[in-house]
Amino acid sequence: MVYEKIAGILAEYKGMDVGSISADTSFEELELDSLDTVELLMRIEDELSVTLELEEAMKTVGDLVKAVEAQKDGGDA
Amino acid sequence: MGFLVLGTGGSVPSRAVKNDELTLFLDTDDEWISTRTGIRERRVCVGESITDLAESAARAALDMAGVKPRELDFIICSTVRGDKAFPSLACLLQERLSASCAGIDINAACAGFVYALDMADVFMKVRGYKRVLVVCGEAMSRIVDWRDRSTCVLFGDGAGAVVLGPSDDRFISRLSVTGDWKVLYADNSTGNSPYAENSEGCYVRMNGQEVYKFAVSAIEHDILYLCGREGIRPSEVDFFLLHQANRRIIDAARTRLRLPEEKFPVNIDRYGNTSSATIPLLLDELNRAGALKPGQRLLMSAFGAGLTTGSCLFRWQTKA
Repeated sequence: MVYEKIAGILAEYKGMDVGSISADTSFEELELDSLDTVELLMRIEDELSVTLELEEAMKTVGDLVKAVEAQKDGGDA
Repeated sequence: MGFLVLGTGGSVPSRAVKNDELTLFLDTDDEWISTRTGIRERRVCVGESITDLAESAARAALDMAGVKPRELDFIICSTVRGDKAFPSLACLLQERLSASCAGIDINAACAGFVYALDMADVFMKVRGYKRVLVVCGEAMSRIVDWRDRSTCVLFGDGAGAVVLGPSDDRFISRLSVTGDWKVLYADNSTGNSPYAENSEGCYVRMNGQEVYKFAVSAIEHDILYLCGREGIRPSEVDFFLLHQANRRIIDAARTRLRLPEEKFPVNIDRYGNTSSATIPLLLDELNRAGALKPGQRLLMSAFGAGLTTGSCLFRWQTKA
């Protein structure tokens, strides 16, 4: 569920087909610079009601999904 | 209470530095800078002082207003660092203009112009001042670290001025400070005290991603807040004059609000971020181009180190 949402937001932002994005897709492959990354985090925060920290370690779509899921789990606990 | 903008003025140093020129000493290129910031060139002081730029902008605004320096009731200058630690830029400018009124400097970083307008509004309302000169003068080239490609490419030098008079129109504003200095700051010189350790290198330091996040949220929030207070929709504002820090911040805020590009004038491509001078420089360009019509609603929104925000909404009026 989280993955689909995030892939959808990414695809819309980049104007690309959602099918061409996978968990392994890196931000570098998507040609996202530092400000694109913040913009995406902000959109994900708004749409999924989470608060994300900007972390250097986040490199792929999968990393982002994990971070959001951790937040959601933490929030539910 | 609100104000008439009797005159506007702007001044930038004559030396333009294009992105390509920066590649002579930085590992960067024109495409990298322009796609990330929208900046193509900036003006940099060579022989000019901040006081020179401030004087030139002030005289242009006074000429347009038909106001003589002696008729001024007060001078408010905004600068993150004037030519001297003291006296203030306002005092240096007062002397240059041979004005006779008092004046002060304020520092709300890049949001300084809106803070100064707010103060001018209060002075006119409470003290009954009739002619207030507001000048923002900045020389960021003196405080950026020219070895740091992530910051020095963003900034430029310049000054913008307005001469204000009182009116019965509404002026509403929102000023805020969110204490978070590490995101964006420049240290001051600590001098050469024999009793303390002295620091070297007092340069601009910035976390660009955090500034972006703060700025986009703050602009969206303030636009909705001010329009809500005025009882209008954002689409009823004629021009949004946003602090020119990064073209992508402006575009992101505009996209969130689903507003048309033509309502968000920009000049960041030519001047970069001139700190508090960006909005008055932009206002002067629009005014001199004849783009502003009496009664139009202008919404200004700025953000800066602090972190500060300053936003205001008023109708453009130049005559009583």
